[in-house]
Amino acid sequence: MADNSRRIVPIGPFHPLQEEPEFFKLVVEGEKVVDLEIHLGYNHRGHEFISPELTYDQIPFLVERICGICSNSHPLACVLAIEDCAGVKPPPRANYIRSIIHELERIHSHLLWVGLAGHFIGYNTVWMWAWRYREDILAVFEMITGNRNHYAANKPGGVRRDISKEQVPEILAALDLVEKKTMMLTKAVLDDPVIRSRLEGVGILKKSDAIAYSTVGPTARGSGVPWDVRHDDPHCAYDEVRWDVVVAEEGDVFAKARVRLLEIFESVKIVRQCLENLPDGPIQTRIEEIPPGEGCGRTEAPRGEVFHYIRSDGSNRPLRHKVRAPSYMNIASNVVAVRDGSIADAALTLAAVDPCYCCTERMAAFEDGRQKYTWQDLLRLSWQKTEQIREKMRR
Amino acid sequence: MSGQTHQSPRPALDEFCKRFPEVEVYEHNPRRLYLSIPRERLTEACRFLHEERGMRLSICTGLDTREGFEVLYHFSEDSTGTLYNLKVVVPKDDPRLDSQAGWFPACNWIEREMHELLGIEFPGHPNMEPLLTSDTDWDPNKHPLRRDYERRAEAHGR
Repeated sequence: MADNSRRIVPIGPFHPLQEEPEFFKLVVEGEKVVDLEIHLGYNHRGHEFISPELTYDQIPFLVERICGICSNSHPLACVLAIEDCAGVKPPPRANYIRSIIHELERIHSHLLWVGLAGHFIGYNTVWMWAWRYREDILAVFEMITGNRNHYAANKPGGVRRDISKEQVPEILAALDLVEKKTMMLTKAVLDDPVIRSRLEGVGILKKSDAIAYSTVGPTARGSGVPWDVRHDDPHCAYDEVRWDVVVAEEGDVFAKARVRLLEIFESVKIVRQCLENLPDGPIQTRIEEIPPGEGCGRTEAPRGEVFHYIRSDGSNRPLRHKVRAPSYMNIASNVVAVRDGSIADAALTLAAVDPCYCCTERMAAFEDGRQKYTWQDLLRLSWQKTEQIREKMRR
Repeated sequence: MSGQTHQSPRPALDEFCKRFPEVEVYEHNPRRLYLSIPRERLTEACRFLHEERGMRLSICTGLDTREGFEVLYHFSEDSTGTLYNLKVVVPKDDPRLDSQAGWFPACNWIEREMHELLGIEFPGHPNMEPLLTSDTDWDPNKHPLRRDYERRAEAHGR
């Protein structure tokens, strides 16, 4: 297309690619993306405003609803902040159970992302495989917490539910299955020449930009920055198990996909060790009072560091509760990652940071009163590109 | 210096105290340090922590207290897992704080958010548009996280 005039392609605010409504205005010249504007706030729910009106026991249930996919990360970081403020340490068994649930969550979240990435490049089999294997993990959640999502496992001072001896073999069986299937999926994704050429060199986030934007999680680790709160600031049972931080240097979408897929194996390793060494004893400590002061809690959600800050005035409610989700830092870095790329890759690049899914599809670009692109057009462009690469490789 | 004694050598903290002698350090526990500095030296302190010591900005927290607006810059030293929380108090009659967003893009969104929710001005910010209410008809003079914001006052009398 020899058309070099600038036009705006809106992605969002309600878009099946994004878990929450964000509005990306892509400025394009022909097929090349030259700039990006980000608008937030379409679904702002005011958690930081509501939180000081609730008691410390109620807040974990509130923050659990910030995100449906990583619904253990926020309450975990929140109770860590409360415990930091009160100077209380949870019993060892609670720490192990927290780590188990946290890692199971990472497995299902990464599989969800891999499935979506497959869908966006026209590999619907990858999507269906990944989501099928994710089901086994959700079944484990249902067994140990009673819910497939919103597990409500954490409370200040420990956890609310125990893992029984009878449940351990069932969790281990699910892990074996997921590990075997993920191995197959990883090989299928990483060794497929078409997927490689669709993802390699696309949406590169340089190491210096990853640091300047203070990105976290697989977005940072895919750019060669080895930040992982589980390793750097060990909490729960992370300093008592052996595992590795997965880092890739390239910064492109392929690197991020590789980091996520390989992290699933590390998570399986952590859960197995935690189940093996699960200490006996109580699962919660009673917190008598939260003294005036402040506390910071952070943990590594599937998307990166979740940060919670609590300021207490000695009453049963916080004076201030600051919440920072990983996407807050990662989405901002899209401005540099998406620049100079092709419009066919834009949706994939924006999704590569795993922005936190709205099931409503309302995207359309108009110019001079005529419809230019819809979400289906963007998906079609992306699928066409995959098809062209596939054709080229067949020849 | 108050709080606990040092458990391990902390080159970053020692150098910080040398360079900013007016700092007040509170060590809540070995991995959570709170450093209070005057607001005039904020840019220098942030540049020291990020550029010279390679720390990552986790986030900033702004809160309304009786003494003034407190703004905390949570810097994470990932090599030791320590949080350096820089604390600055901004008087209520002159709520201004130098913007860090010009040299440190990680500060961009959070300064816009604090401007919106607490009404703190950040001179030098490249794009001081509201972050969360940019597409709504929210009154720009209403700051929900201030103590005098009417709903909270009615609910709790705080």
